[in-house]
Amino acid sequence: MTTPMLEVKGLSTKYVTRFKENVYAVDNVSLSLEEGQSLGIAGESGCGKSTLALSLMGYYFPPLHYMKGDIIVDGKNISGLAPDEVRRSILGNEIAYIPQSAMNALNPTQKIINFIEDVIHAHNPDMSKMEIYQLAAERFETLGLSADVLKMHSVELSGGMKQRTVIAVSTILSPKVLIADEPSSALDVTSQKMVIKMFRELMDKGFIKSMIFITHELPLLYNVTDRIMVMYAGRIVESGTAEEMVFDPVHPYSKGLMNSIIVPESGVRDNKLTAIPGTPPNLKKPPSGCRFAARCRLATDECRKSEPKVQHFGSNRNYRCRLTEAQLREEHSND
Amino acid sequence: MTKTGNNEIYSTEEKALCLSGKGVTKVFGSGDKKCIAVNNVNFKFHEGEFVSIVGESGSGKTTLSKILLGLLNPTDGEIFFKGEPRDISSIKKRKEYWKGTQAIFQDPFSSFNIFNKIDTVLLDCLKMRGVKRSDKQEQVRLMTEACNFVNLKFAELTNKYPFELSGGQMQRLMIARIFLLKPKILIADEPTSMIDACSRATILDMLLKLREEIGMTIIFITHDIGLAYYISDSVYIMEHGKIVESGLADEVILNPKAAYTKRLINDVPKIHEAWDLDTV
Amino acid sequence: MTNTIKQIFHSPKFVVGFCIMAFILLSMIIYPLVNPGNPLEMIGLGSFQKPGTYVSLYDSIDSSSTIFKLPDAENNRISQKLKDEDRIAIMNWLIDYGVSESDINLSDTNSLLDLWWKNYDSSILVEGMTKAKRNYYMRLNKSLESAKRTEEYVVSHTDKELNELETVRTIENTDYVNIQDVANVKRLPLGTDNFGRDVLKELVSACGTSLRIGLIAGAIATLIGLTFGLLAGYVGGIVDDIIMFITNIFTVIPSFVLLLLISYSIGQDQRGASTIALVIGFTSWVWTARAVRAQVISLRKRDHVNLSKLSGHSLIRIIITDILPYIASYVVMAFILQISTAILAEAQLSMLGLGPKTTEVPTLGLMMNWSMLYAAHLNGSWWAYFPVLLTIALISFSLNLMNTGLDQVFNPTLRD
Ligand SMILES: Nc1ncnc2c1ncn2[C@@H]1O[C@H](COP(=O)(O)OP(=O)(O)OP(=O)(O)O)[C@@H](O)[C@H]1O
Ligand SMILES: Nc1ncnc2c1ncn2[C@@H]1O[C@H](COP(=O)(O)OP(=O)(O)OP(=O)(O)O)[C@@H](O)[C@H]1O
Ligand SMILES: [Mg+2]
Ligand SMILES: [Mg+2]
Repeated sequence: MTTPMLEVKGLSTKYVTRFKENVYAVDNVSLSLEEGQSLGIAGESGCGKSTLALSLMGYYFPPLHYMKGDIIVDGKNISGLAPDEVRRSILGNEIAYIPQSAMNALNPTQKIINFIEDVIHAHNPDMSKMEIYQLAAERFETLGLSADVLKMHSVELSGGMKQRTVIAVSTILSPKVLIADEPSSALDVTSQKMVIKMFRELMDKGFIKSMIFITHELPLLYNVTDRIMVMYAGRIVESGTAEEMVFDPVHPYSKGLMNSIIVPESGVRDNKLTAIPGTPPNLKKPPSGCRFAARCRLATDECRKSEPKVQHFGSNRNYRCRLTEAQLREEHSND
Repeated sequence: MTKTGNNEIYSTEEKALCLSGKGVTKVFGSGDKKCIAVNNVNFKFHEGEFVSIVGESGSGKTTLSKILLGLLNPTDGEIFFKGEPRDISSIKKRKEYWKGTQAIFQDPFSSFNIFNKIDTVLLDCLKMRGVKRSDKQEQVRLMTEACNFVNLKFAELTNKYPFELSGGQMQRLMIARIFLLKPKILIADEPTSMIDACSRATILDMLLKLREEIGMTIIFITHDIGLAYYISDSVYIMEHGKIVESGLADEVILNPKAAYTKRLINDVPKIHEAWDLDTV
Repeated sequence: MTNTIKQIFHSPKFVVGFCIMAFILLSMIIYPLVNPGNPLEMIGLGSFQKPGTYVSLYDSIDSSSTIFKLPDAENNRISQKLKDEDRIAIMNWLIDYGVSESDINLSDTNSLLDLWWKNYDSSILVEGMTKAKRNYYMRLNKSLESAKRTEEYVVSHTDKELNELETVRTIENTDYVNIQDVANVKRLPLGTDNFGRDVLKELVSACGTSLRIGLIAGAIATLIGLTFGLLAGYVGGIVDDIIMFITNIFTVIPSFVLLLLISYSIGQDQRGASTIALVIGFTSWVWTARAVRAQVISLRKRDHVNLSKLSGHSLIRIIITDILPYIASYVVMAFILQISTAILAEAQLSMLGLGPKTTEVPTLGLMMNWSMLYAAHLNGSWWAYFPVLLTIALISFSLNLMNTGLDQVFNPTLRD
C-alpha cells in the first residue's frame, strides 16, 4: 500500500478568545487522503470547517492553538513544527491553502505575477524573474487562463476569473495537497462551474496530487469529490464515498443534511425537505455525550451522558453514533 | 419535520389577481452610464401564489422587488394592485400599502439599524398592528410567539444589538417580523443568501408555514434555480432586466424553452443527472 | 457606546491631541484665578517690555538691605554691560589703534578690558572712523567706567521747605535687598506688548475668546451644514436642487472673500467677538453640507432605511433614528475641523484688521494684528507674537490630531 498524501490522527485544536475562553472548534479529527483522491467536508456554518482547514496545515498562530494529534504529509510528521518552519517548508509546496475569502483579500496594488514571485521565492529564492514568468505563463496557459492575466492587477479581473487566478497561483508549486475553503460559494453558477472544471484539470494534469474541498453545497461535493466527511460541532460524524453519503447516509445528522439537498430535477418536488430543528451547540461549552443529542430525534439519556464511539462498516464507512447501522437504517425507513 | 414539497397540480385560473405589472421599466443614470435594470417587464401574481423570480447577479431582481414594494418609482409602465392601478402617491397611501406589503431584504447585515436594540424592530411591528404600548404583557407574549415561530429564543435576543447576531439569526428575525405583521404580500429577496445550505430548509419551511397560516402571496427572489423549482408555484426567469420565460415551475424547469433558462439549469450541479462540465 | 469611547482613547493620536487641548483649557481656567484682572489693562508705560521679573526700584530703596561680598559681583556687573557685540567693537578699535591681533583674547574679559583702559582715549582720532562710531565708543567707555566704579550712590530726598537735598541713604556696591522685602515685584513671563499689556494674561484670555469664537462658528456651520445636507440628501428632488444651488453659489465665491466683505460691511463698531463668530459660521457650512449630503445619499439606499419606511415611520423619525446616528461620528469630526478652521479664519480676519472690535476682548488674531502693526517682528520683540503663533498652531494641531484619531476609530478602512 502506498503512503497516503495526508494522514491526520486524532487532531484537536482550539481558539483562545480575547477573554481567555476556549473554543474547541476541531475535536479529535482523523482522516486519510490517498494520491489522486479528493475529499469533501460538509457541515453547517460554524461547525469548524474553516478551522479544520487551518489546522490541517500545521500552521498555528493565535488565537488558534494546537492541542494534540498528528499530521503526516507524505510520510512526514509536521504536527510539531514551528510556524516559521511550516511556512518555509510546507505551505505552498507540500500543502496549498485557499482561504474562504481569498479572492477578496488580494492586495490591489500588486500584479498577479508578484503574488507568484512571492510564493516561489518563499521556497526557491534563487529563481530569476524570467524563469518564474515562463513557468507561470506556461501553467496559466495549460489551465486555460491567458498569460496576460499575469500582468494584470486583481481589480481588473471578474469574480470568477479572480478565483481561478487565486487557485492557479496557490498551486504553482504543484503541492501534494490542496485545501480549498468554500472556493465557489461567492460565485454565480456559471463561474462556479468554471472553477470546478479547473480543479478537475489540476488533478488530471497532476499539478496537485490530492484535494480537500470544503463547502456546504452538497450537490457540488457530490459532483467534485470522491469521499465526503460530514462535520458537526467540531467533530466528524460520518464519512464515506460521495455516492454512499448522498444516497445512503446513516447518521441522523447526515441524513438530515442530505434531506436538505435541493436540485432542479424532476421528482425533487415530491421529496420531503426536512429541516433539522434547533441550532448547533456553543463550542465554548460543548455538551457532554453526543454533541448532536440536543437536536436528534433518536437521542436517549444514554446519548446525552456518554460519548458515542466511532463505528465502522462497509469498505470504509465510519460514523459516530451509539446506535448500530441496522438500528439507524430501521429508524430512517420509518419516516 | 414538516413536508414542504408542493406537487399538486397548481393552477392560477380561479385565483384573484394580486399584483400585476405592464411594461415596467427602470432606468438608472443617463448618457454613458445609462443602465436599464428592469426592461419592459410584464407579470401577473395571484393571491396566495408562491412566485419565484430567478436570475443571475445583476439581472435586476432586487430593482424589480423595490419597484413592487413602492420604494422605487418605475421609469415606465404601470403596476396594478388587485386589478386596479396602484396609487401610492401620498405618504398616507404608501403607509396603507405597506400595511399589506412587506419585505425581507437581501442583505440581513444592512437591514437593521445597528443603533437600535432588536426589541425595537419587533415593537415597531406591534405598533403597526395596533397593540397598545401600555400593554406590556401582550407585547411580550406576541414577541415570544414570533420568536418561537422562527426558532429563536426571545429571552436571548432582548437587549441585544443586531450586529451581535449571525446572518442566519438576523434573517430569521426578519421572518419573525413578517409573522407579527401578517401582510398579504411578502417580497423575499434572497432570504437564504446568508445561510448555509443545511439551514436553508428551516427558512423555506418557515416561509411555507407563513403562507399556509396567513394565506399570503410570496414573491421569492433567488439566483438558485433549484430552490425556485422546489418551492414555487410559478417561476419568472430574468436575464439582463428582461423576463425571458415564465410559467408554472414544473413546465419552466422541466421543459425550458429559453436558451438562458437551459443554461441556468445546466450550470447547476445535480445529483441524479450528470453535470456537464464541458459546456461553459 | 462606552466601548467606542474606550476605543477612541486607545488611539494614540487622539490621546495626544486631547491632552494638548486639555492642557490649554486647564490653563485657561486656572491662570485667571491665579492672576486675576483685566487682560487689556495697560500696565506698562513703555512698549514691548522684555519678559522677566520687574522689581520696583523705589521700593527697594526703602527696603532693609544686607551686605554680601560676592567674588564675581564686579565681573557680573561688567559683563552685564559688555555685550558680545561690544567686545567685538572693542577688538576692532584696538586693532585699528594698532594692537596686534594675537594679543587680544575676546573671551577673557579682564585682559580685554585691561587693554582697553590702557589704550583708549576719546581724544585719539582713529583713521576712517565715523562720528557716530566715535560717539558709540565714548558711550561704551562711560558705561564701562560706571560699572568699574566702586564708590557708593547717595539717594537723597528733596526737602521742599528748606529746599535742600536730604540724604536718605547711601548704597554700596555690596548692598543687597531680599526680593521678598520689596513691596512691588512684577513678573511678566512674556513681557508686555506695544500698549504695555501683560502678554501672558492677554494670551490666556485671547485663547478663551478664540476658542469660543471657534465653538460658536463651528456649531453654527455644523448645524447649518447638517440640516442642509440631511434635507438635500434624504428628501432629494426639488429640495435637493434648491439646496445644492445655494451650496454651489457659496462654493463658487470663496468663503474667505465673503467673510471679508461681510466683516467689512458690518463696520468696526458692530463687530464683537460673537458677531465675528456668527459671520464665520455662516460662511463655512458649505463643505459640511456637501459631505453630509453625500453620506446621506448613500445611506438612504440602505435597507435599514427601507425597513423603517415599510414600518410606517415618518420622515423626521427616519432622519433622526436611521440616518443621524450613522453620520454622527462623521459630524463630530467635521465639527472639530470647523472649530479649527474658524479659529484660523478669525486670526486671518483680525490680521487684516477686520476682526472684532479692538477695545473689548483680545483674540489670538487681534494679538497678531497688534504685534504686526507695531512691528514687533522688526524690533526683535518675539514675545509679542511668537507665543500667539505657537498657541494657534497648538490648538489647530491638537484639534486636527483628535480628528485623525477619531477618523482611525470610525473609519475601518484606516484601521491597522
Ligand atoms: N478567531 C476566532 N476566535 C474564537 N472563536 C472562533 C474564531 N474563529 C472562529 N471561531 C469559532 O469557531 C467555530 C468554528 O468556526 P469556523 O470558521 O471554522 O466555521 P465554519 O464551519 O468554517 O463556518 P462557515 O461555514 O460560516 O465558514 C465557530 O463557533 C466560531 O465561532
Ligand atoms: N441605485 C442604482 N443606481 C444605478 N444602478 C443601479 C442601482 N441599483 C441597481 N443598479 C444596477 O441595476 C442592475 C440590476 O441590479 P439589481 O440589484 O437589481 O440586481 P440583482 O438581480 O438583484 O443582483 P444580485 O443577485 O447581485 O442581487 C445592476 O447592473 C446594477 O448595477
Ligand atoms: Mg468557514
Ligand atoms: Mg439583488
